[in-house]
Amino acid sequence: MAETHKPPEAFTLRMRRYDPESGEAPYWDEHTVQLEPHRSVLEGILQAKARFDGSIGIRCSCRAAICGSCGVRINGEPGLACHTHLDHARESASDGVIEIEPMGNMPVIKDLIVDMDAVHWKKVQRVTPWLINKLPVPEREYVVPKESMVDITQSMACIQCGACVSDCLAMEVDPGFVGPAALAKAYRFVGDPRDARQRERLVDLAQDPQGIYDCTHCFKCVQACPKDVNPMGQIMRLRRIATADQHIVDHNNGKRHEAAFTSLIHDNGLLWEAELLPRSYGGNSWFGKFAPSTVKELLSSLPAIVRGLARGKVSPLGALKPHRIPRADLKRVQSIYDSVEGRGERYELNLYVSGIDEDDAPADGDGTSATADGASASHAPVEDTHDLAPEGEAPSDSAPPPVDPGPPSASGPESETTAVGPGADADAEPDADAQEDGQ
Amino acid sequence: MRVAYWPGCVSRGFTPELHGSMAKVAPLLDIELVQLDRASCCGAGVIAEHNQELADTLNARTFALAQEVQGAELMMNICSTCQGAQSECQERLDASASYREHINQTLAPEGLCYERGLTNKNFLWLLVEEIGLDALRAKVRRPLTDLRVGPFYGCYIVRPRSRLGIDAEHPRDHYLEQVIQALGGSVIEYAGMRKCCGFPIITMNKEASLKQAGRHLGDAVEAQADCLVTPCPLCHLNLDLQQPLAEGIVGRELKMPVLHLPQLVGLALGLEPKELGLSRHVVRPTTVIDWSASVVGAVA
Repeated sequence: MAETHKPPEAFTLRMRRYDPESGEAPYWDEHTVQLEPHRSVLEGILQAKARFDGSIGIRCSCRAAICGSCGVRINGEPGLACHTHLDHARESASDGVIEIEPMGNMPVIKDLIVDMDAVHWKKVQRVTPWLINKLPVPEREYVVPKESMVDITQSMACIQCGACVSDCLAMEVDPGFVGPAALAKAYRFVGDPRDARQRERLVDLAQDPQGIYDCTHCFKCVQACPKDVNPMGQIMRLRRIATADQHIVDHNNGKRHEAAFTSLIHDNGLLWEAELLPRSYGGNSWFGKFAPSTVKELLSSLPAIVRGLARGKVSPLGALKPHRIPRADLKRVQSIYDSVEGRGERYELNLYVSGIDEDDAPADGDGTSATADGASASHAPVEDTHDLAPEGEAPSDSAPPPVDPGPPSASGPESETTAVGPGADADAEPDADAQEDGQ
Repeated sequence: MRVAYWPGCVSRGFTPELHGSMAKVAPLLDIELVQLDRASCCGAGVIAEHNQELADTLNARTFALAQEVQGAELMMNICSTCQGAQSECQERLDASASYREHINQTLAPEGLCYERGLTNKNFLWLLVEEIGLDALRAKVRRPLTDLRVGPFYGCYIVRPRSRLGIDAEHPRDHYLEQVIQALGGSVIEYAGMRKCCGFPIITMNKEASLKQAGRHLGDAVEAQADCLVTPCPLCHLNLDLQQPLAEGIVGRELKMPVLHLPQLVGLALGLEPKELGLSRHVVRPTTVIDWSASVVGAVA
């Protein structure tokens, strides 16, 4: 950070105070601290604690955004207190006063300290967060393809701060949801080629009504994560492997819904809602609507269906007949399905790993995607991977052939396998050793 | 202005009043809609969940078709979910020349090619950024005076902020409030306005899904909103079509009308409630119609 030294300024902090053991209701407490604007909100809290009120409860340790202890809500948004500058926090405050609250979805122990054991750690334990070795265990280390380990680096970047748990909207209404942090951790092992229980892990999380199919796609965890772990993206990858690779048909309609949706677009080009629902419940064919589970479900939805018909929202004809794109275009759409799905391997571009081509960033104009300011903030780790690229080589030049999901800049162009673990060195030979990374 | 118009699937399926009202409102705002009839569903995140490259290719095809529309300044959608799903695909396509080339190879047999840098804006963004709030205000013929409107954005159009281009210069997560005010209405803020309606898990966990819808609707009732407005037809399905079921799940009466954004704009621009399809909602917008009745006459 090239912050020039600025003199201390006054920053007012409004902190949520609560001691459940006191029997008193929560209240707001304000203190004004004097600090340079680039100092962190955590330093502000600690100064208030040192100068005005030693009873303020805050948990912290490293002060360098790596231990994950000081997760709080700042002006309503989750984040690390040590990773938020005071001046930035003041800018985002509605009235110039920095508002600091404990994280959500977890019970408060005192003031800004929440009970991570009761929620977050319990959920992490739920997903068996350790490697179960494939047998036989090799005499030395496992040898794994480099790209498969690069693939799970994003989920390994998690520092267990709980920011995503704090803001999870599914958990807000369904506290039993396994949740974003634990599911991202689950992907870390499902995606690890050394793990022996990929299928069992996926069956477990697909069949659990509060597992991978309880996520509502709200992007709260994506926004909340200070390390760009993209927990929702990891949940979608768990679903993808569970359905496309393992063909796990779950009790929660997860696979049926995905299969119905995908094939309706294949058949019509557009969604046909009246057919999607019965197929999601009863199975992906026209007969799905006659399955007992569908009939039960449709009966419970009958009032909504009748009202929709009565209001002219849905016409009986519209319910029976799909809307469809023109025939020639439908053929094109179907040939796209054929050529993409006909390939043996799926190709997934993960910008966390691959980064953005230098020629292509920042985006010009006012397009909605990859706009200049946002993209760099959102993909901070990308800059790190660029730093690892061979000197003088533009990342775009080292981009892989598209069917190779390997990262363009983090990997040497020709290395195919990697050693995993602290002992790995940069010049690892193809059959280099690997060991568990201690996660 | 001429735009390549992507209406999405649901606006032509279970919420036909959305597509219909957009068609009525566009000429009043001097927007010429060139509909992308040949394009396919955005995938709503579900196709990407199945196969990311497939979703990216289908959307690249849509973008390429939009770029072929002569004289169109940009592509416009009327669905938060389309916006979010398409922005996600576009982010990948725009980030890597080699990936783009790979996707374009699949489009090549049709003679299509996506060129980096398409501008794809939801009607909400277009209203504020292209038409402008002052111009919009000047077109209001029937101000929404005393109408208390609660915004409901839909997740896909507000998160993640960087992908959706939300920053200090483009506070797109506050545009609904700005539009409501420009139309003369009062903004009602409530806890759930940027939360999830629950729709994506309606077939997987109905109770959790409708608890979300019911809770936000309940918050809006507490905040004394007359109605909600949303740029997302999928949210509309959970908030309106499923509202009677949501009432059962949260155990309270809600009766909260939910308007599509073009409907709210259309009312203020002088269109009649019925031609905007307000009579097609499951929850009758009586609060809106009572208010309209005193000015323009009720829905038949």
